[in-house]
Amino acid sequence: MEQSIKETFREKANKGLGVNPLDAKISKSYLSVAFITLLIGGILGLVQGLQRAGLLELPAWLNYYQVLTAHGILLILVFTATFTIGYLYAVLSHTLGGLLPKVRKMAWVGLGLMLLGVVLVVITILMNEASVLYTFYPPLAASPIFYIGLVFVVLGIWSCSFGAFINYNHWRKNHRGQVTPLYAFFAMGVFILWFFGSIGVTVEVLTLIPWSLGWKETINVMVSRTLFWSFGHTLVNIWYIVAISAWYVAIPKIIGGKVFSDKLARVVVILLVILNIPGGFHHQIIDPGISESVKFLHVFMSTSIAFPSLMTAFAIFAMFERAGRKRGGKGLLGWFTKLPWGDVRFLAPMIAMIAFIPGGAGGIVNTSNQMNQVIHNTMWVVGHFHITVGVTVVLTFFGITYWLVPFLSKRKLTPQMNRLGVIQTIIWTVGMIFMSGSQHLVGLLGDPRRTSFTTYGDHEIALSWVPYEYVMAFGGTLLLLGVIIQVYAVFNMMFFAPKGETEFPLGEAEENEAPTPLWTERWSIWIILMLMVVAMAYVVPIVDFVVNGGPGSPPIRTW
Amino acid sequence: MHRLEEIWLGLSAGILILFMVIVGYQTFALGMGPPSNKENIDPEQVDQTAPFDNPGVKKVGENEYEVVMTLQAFGFTPSDIEVPAGAEVTFTMTSKDVVHGFQVAGTNINAMVMPGHIQEITHTFDEPGEYLVLCNEYCGAGHQLMSTTITVK
Repeated sequence: MEQSIKETFREKANKGLGVNPLDAKISKSYLSVAFITLLIGGILGLVQGLQRAGLLELPAWLNYYQVLTAHGILLILVFTATFTIGYLYAVLSHTLGGLLPKVRKMAWVGLGLMLLGVVLVVITILMNEASVLYTFYPPLAASPIFYIGLVFVVLGIWSCSFGAFINYNHWRKNHRGQVTPLYAFFAMGVFILWFFGSIGVTVEVLTLIPWSLGWKETINVMVSRTLFWSFGHTLVNIWYIVAISAWYVAIPKIIGGKVFSDKLARVVVILLVILNIPGGFHHQIIDPGISESVKFLHVFMSTSIAFPSLMTAFAIFAMFERAGRKRGGKGLLGWFTKLPWGDVRFLAPMIAMIAFIPGGAGGIVNTSNQMNQVIHNTMWVVGHFHITVGVTVVLTFFGITYWLVPFLSKRKLTPQMNRLGVIQTIIWTVGMIFMSGSQHLVGLLGDPRRTSFTTYGDHEIALSWVPYEYVMAFGGTLLLLGVIIQVYAVFNMMFFAPKGETEFPLGEAEENEAPTPLWTERWSIWIILMLMVVAMAYVVPIVDFVVNGGPGSPPIRTW
Repeated sequence: MHRLEEIWLGLSAGILILFMVIVGYQTFALGMGPPSNKENIDPEQVDQTAPFDNPGVKKVGENEYEVVMTLQAFGFTPSDIEVPAGAEVTFTMTSKDVVHGFQVAGTNINAMVMPGHIQEITHTFDEPGEYLVLCNEYCGAGHQLMSTTITVK
C-alpha cells in the first residue's frame, strides 16, 4: 500500500514537474549519438550516390563498398537503434513514472556496449577488413573483430530491452488490475520484438566468429542467410512500430483529436509482434535450396503483415477526420484541409504516412513470389527501402524530435524552428521523390543494386541507366542538405533554444470508449504465439538446410 | 467495431486472399514459380564435379539448349553465349566462391547462385538482340565488372 502511494506520488511529481533530469540525460545522450551518426551516414550516402552516377572518383584509400558498408550499418543499425532507445526510454520514463535506478544503469551500460561495438565495426571497415556490406553474407569473410563488434551492438540493445521489461513489469506489479499506458505498451512491443528478433542473427554471428578465425573450417551459407533475414526484416517492422507509436498516441494530442481506439492500437501491436519474424523469408524467394511450396507459405506469412498495417491506415485517417471536423472542416473532404499543415510535428509524420501508401504497395510487390524475380537485387529495392525507412520511419522520427528534444532539455519549440522544420520536411520529401523515384524506375529496367559505377564495357543497356543515376545523385544532394538542417535543429533545441516547458503529447481516449480489456497485457501468450509462428516458418527449412545442405564453404576474401 | 472499419478490413482481407490465390495459381498451375532448385555440390570441388567439369552451351532438343555455367569472382563461364531466336534455354549454375546473382537485363531471368547449391532457371529468348548478363549480388572488389552477353540471332 505504502509502495503504491509512493508510486502514485512519483508519477504525479513526474507529470507535474516535467522530465526527470536523470532520465532526460539518458535520452539526450542516445539522441545525440543518433544524430551524429545520421550526419556521418548521410555524408557517406551522398558520396556513394555521386560515385554511383560516375560524378565522383574516390581516392585510392577508400572504395565504394567500404562507403556502402559503413552507410548501411551506421544508418540502418546504429541511427535507428539509438534514436529508438532515446525516444522510447523517454516514453517509459514519462508514462511509467520515471525509470528505476537499476534500469538507468542498464541504459548506460547499453550505450557503452553499443559505442564499443560501433567503434570496432567502423575501424575494420575503414581498414578495408570488412567490405562485406551490412548483410555480411558468408562466405565473404570479414575480420573477426567486425563480427565481435556486432555482438557488442546487439548486447547493448539487449541491455536496454531488459531494462524496459523490468520497468514495465514494475509498473504492472504496482498497478494490479490496470492496463499499462498505451505509449508504454508500444515500447514493450518494440523491445520484445527486438530481443526475440535478434536471437537468430546473434546465433549466426557467433558461428561466423570461429569460422573467420579459422577454428571452424566451413559454414552453411543458407543457414546463415536465413538467420540473418529472420532479423533483417524484423528490424524493419520494429522501426515501423516505433513510428506508429507516435501516429497513434502523440499525433492525436498535437492536432487536437483523440486516440481512435486504445484497444485496436494494442491489437495492432500484438499482431505485429506475433506475425513479424517469418517476414524475412521473402528476401530469399529466388534462392536455391528452398522448395516452391515452402516459399509460397512464406509469401502468405509476409503478406499477412500487411493486415495490421491496413488496420492502422483506417484508424489513423479516422482520427484525422474526427479532429479535422472538430476544427471546423465541412463536407466530404473539408476536414483534410483543416489539419495543422504548418506544424512540423504534424506535417513530417503526415508525409511519412502518405509515403507508406506507395511504400507498402511496393513491399507487396517485393514479397510476391514471381514479381520478386523482376525486381530482386535491382535498384527498385533500394528505392523501396528509401521510401519506407527513409520517409515513413525517418520523417516520423524527425517529426518526433520537434517536441521530444525541447521537452527533454526544458526548452521551447520556437516559431522560427518550426518553420525551419517545415522547410526541412519539404526538402527531404522532394529529395526522396527524386532519389527513390528514379531508383524504382531504373530498377525496373534492370540496374542492379550494391554495384559501384559501371557501364559494363559501354553496353547500351547499361548506358541507358546513367541519366537515372544522375537524378539519384541530385536527390541525394537535397537529402544531405536535409540531414544538415535536421542535425542543426536537434542540437539547437537540445542546447540553445529559449528555456521553457514543452508538453509531452499524450493522446487521450474518446469519452465514450469502453475500457481496454486486460487480456491485451498477456505478453506471455503473445510470446508463445510468436514462437509458434516462428517455428512454423523456420523449423522445416532450417532442418532441411542442415540435414541435406551438403558441404559448407570456407572463408573467402574477394576484396 | 465501427461499421466502416468492418467493411474496410473485410475488403482488405479479401484482396489479400485473392492475391494469394492468383500467386498460387501462377506458381503451381502455370509453372511460373521462382527458381528453387534443390541440389547440392561441394563448393571446393566444382571443377571436378559433373556437369561443371565441362561448362558450356549444349543442345538438348529442337531449339532447346542447356547452359552449364560456373560463376566466380568476377566472371561467368562460359561467357559471350550465342543462341538462335526462339530458343528455350535452361541455365544450370553454381558458384565456385561467394554468393553471386544471375540477372539478364530486360528479361525475368533473376536467380541467386550460392556456393554449395545448384540453381536452375529457364527462359525462352524470342527477341533477337544482344542481352546484358550481370551479377546482381555484391561479390567483391570487381563486382561491378562481372558481366557478359547473350546474343540471340
